[in-house]
Amino acid sequence: MKNGFWIFIAGFLALGGSWCGFVLAPELQLGGAKQTAVLNTSDVYPVGRPGEATQGASVYRANGCAACHTEQVRQNGMTCGVTLTEAGKNPEAVTNLISSLVLTNLTKEEADAASAKIADAGGKTEIHIAATGPDIARGWGMRQSVAEDYLYDRLVQLGSLRAGPDLANAGARADANWQLLHLYAPKSEVKGSAMPPFRYLFEVRKIGREPSPDALKLPPEFAPPAGYEVVPKPEARELAAYLLSLRANVPLYSAPISP
Amino acid sequence: MTVNKQNEDFGRAALPRRQADQQVSPTESIDASLRWPLFALFGGAALWLVAGSVLAMIASIKFHAPDFLAACPWLTYGRVQPAADDALLYGFCIPAGLGVALWLLAQLGQTPLRGAIVPVVAAKLWHLGVLIGLAGILSGNSTGFAWLEFPRAGSVILFFAYLLLALWAMMNFTARRERALFPSHWFLVAALFWFPWIYSTANLFLVAWPARGIVQAIIGWWFANNLIFIWLALVGIGVTFYFLPKFSGRPLQSYYLALFAFWTLILFGTWCGIPPGAPVPAWMPVLSSVAASLTLVPVFAVGVIAWQTLCGSTHCEPKGGPFCFIRFGFASFVLSSLMFIATACPRMSRVTEFTWVGPAQTQLQLYGFFAMTMFGAIYHLLPRVVGVELPFPKLARLQFWLLMLGVLLFIVPLAIGGVEQGMKLNNPNDIAFMDATKAMLPFLRTSTIGLLLILLGNLLFALNFFAMTFVWGKSLVKKAYTIVTAPLKNQEVKA
Repeated sequence: MKNGFWIFIAGFLALGGSWCGFVLAPELQLGGAKQTAVLNTSDVYPVGRPGEATQGASVYRANGCAACHTEQVRQNGMTCGVTLTEAGKNPEAVTNLISSLVLTNLTKEEADAASAKIADAGGKTEIHIAATGPDIARGWGMRQSVAEDYLYDRLVQLGSLRAGPDLANAGARADANWQLLHLYAPKSEVKGSAMPPFRYLFEVRKIGREPSPDALKLPPEFAPPAGYEVVPKPEARELAAYLLSLRANVPLYSAPISP
Repeated sequence: MTVNKQNEDFGRAALPRRQADQQVSPTESIDASLRWPLFALFGGAALWLVAGSVLAMIASIKFHAPDFLAACPWLTYGRVQPAADDALLYGFCIPAGLGVALWLLAQLGQTPLRGAIVPVVAAKLWHLGVLIGLAGILSGNSTGFAWLEFPRAGSVILFFAYLLLALWAMMNFTARRERALFPSHWFLVAALFWFPWIYSTANLFLVAWPARGIVQAIIGWWFANNLIFIWLALVGIGVTFYFLPKFSGRPLQSYYLALFAFWTLILFGTWCGIPPGAPVPAWMPVLSSVAASLTLVPVFAVGVIAWQTLCGSTHCEPKGGPFCFIRFGFASFVLSSLMFIATACPRMSRVTEFTWVGPAQTQLQLYGFFAMTMFGAIYHLLPRVVGVELPFPKLARLQFWLLMLGVLLFIVPLAIGGVEQGMKLNNPNDIAFMDATKAMLPFLRTSTIGLLLILLGNLLFALNFFAMTFVWGKSLVKKAYTIVTAPLKNQEVKA
């Protein structure tokens, strides 16, 4: 390396190589991705989020929710189980066969083999697939997150730290009212929560002629002084709508599960 | 130190004597040409360093009391935390790195910087960009991508300010009178054009015309890895390779091993960054994990170079001198790289992913390695550039101890707690999520103490820097005053 030109060439090749690998190639492979079919149905996935939820994604970004929350579920593997749906013409033989077979905690191949044996005896079966892993066991989702889940997000906020729980399926766990209460006073819903309260997304105002129908029904220790009420600002509503829209648990070809 | 001796320190044992004997400018004129650009770069950097550690303190206190400053949207955790990180990286690390690189290139090339006004303006622009970017994050206009949070206005300014600074550094490099190339050159010159490439790619495909769906996350990981791991390593190791021979009194051991480390670092290191298990096609995380394990090669090579250069050294540097900073920085680099490589391995990642191990590694890279190396370099070069002795050398020594303890107290609890957190999160049947989170709190609270020490150390750095510029300004005024009030010569009175 006698002159600067060679340093430039070396750097150019190294960085250019990884640019092709992790910028160009992903764009070519995934940049034109389209909706995929939901397994065993005629539905397609994903469908875009409703308008309010899209605005809520922006509130999520502005307040840096992704600093503490991930939106990606991992799975370690999957287990299959075989269930009998129809005993067929010779129920006795099928029952005998089933008592000699292991029908839960199987791999896909074992499940197929067991299913084939039962079919030979004349019974009809269904194979159930379930994802396994700590995230699944915690109820954060039914399957791992896959690239398809983020197709229509203008901003993909995967997050990298779980100071709080994963939110990939937050919409499946709680309703809008819970989300609003939890945003205003996290400790009112989750004892000992370390989440900072987002009171600035709400308005504490004097009750007018009639209490607002939108006012939060807070437990006494978190409630405002008598004569006041807590009403969510539009940002809080949008954020709650976004959280409700977070659902990624339909079975896909790349992540099969039984619903 | 004579020019000859200086050059012999840097690897090339057999420098052509002819070149070294050519009429070279005295070191003082090179130093003087860099005075204003370095004032502009380091001054702003010192302020952002303090601002960043104050923001980090605010973020950390929220783990003691979630209600702390919760009513103020500007200071909510999700805004303060990225603002603190960006103030450290864009506010301090990059301008400090560029300043030290400018000085090093001018020194190694024995060429004074021409047109110093341009880097001064560029440095001011850079710091303006950081100001706009931080205000953007705190007011809720972050882009939402890790290490790229600055809104568009801020990042455009940063990009052009960097281009100007890099251009001037390159012009100085191409016009160098000492034509020989030293290992430091490769690292620094590569870093100069690394940043514009990755920063423009990330801003174009994430902010201006966002890529579709998950492709954003992939580009985001590529960018963050190339900035936090590669750019910082290129500059930091380039600077370390200049100082190791200087402090040990023997040439870098050896030139070819350094070349090997440089090549393997940019060849393998650039492919890291995609976490195992990410929701992307499987070839990407697999490739990244393989690249990460191969990155052991340059880390090991760099370690061997430092070991062989320092062993048998006859010099004995005083404690707290620039050498201590650089030695600590180097040890942190090796440690943080090993952490980085370990957590990229799928088996480890299953435990450490999504835990505080990740932030611990990043902060070790930023504070332990890069900032410490920069402190050492700045304490070495600043007295030469300004022509004034360090006003408070004892405080610089104190700063070293504060930062060393601070970094250890900040990083070690997060790393240990993070591993524990990961093991608890992987045990869903026995341990509730809330309990895993609560078990992390004592570690987070200990790390606040580390941050406090770091904040104090950073304040001492800013104090030393600004006191030095003050002393220098005062000496200028004094000189001007003596010239103005000097008694007129007799001759002139007669005439």
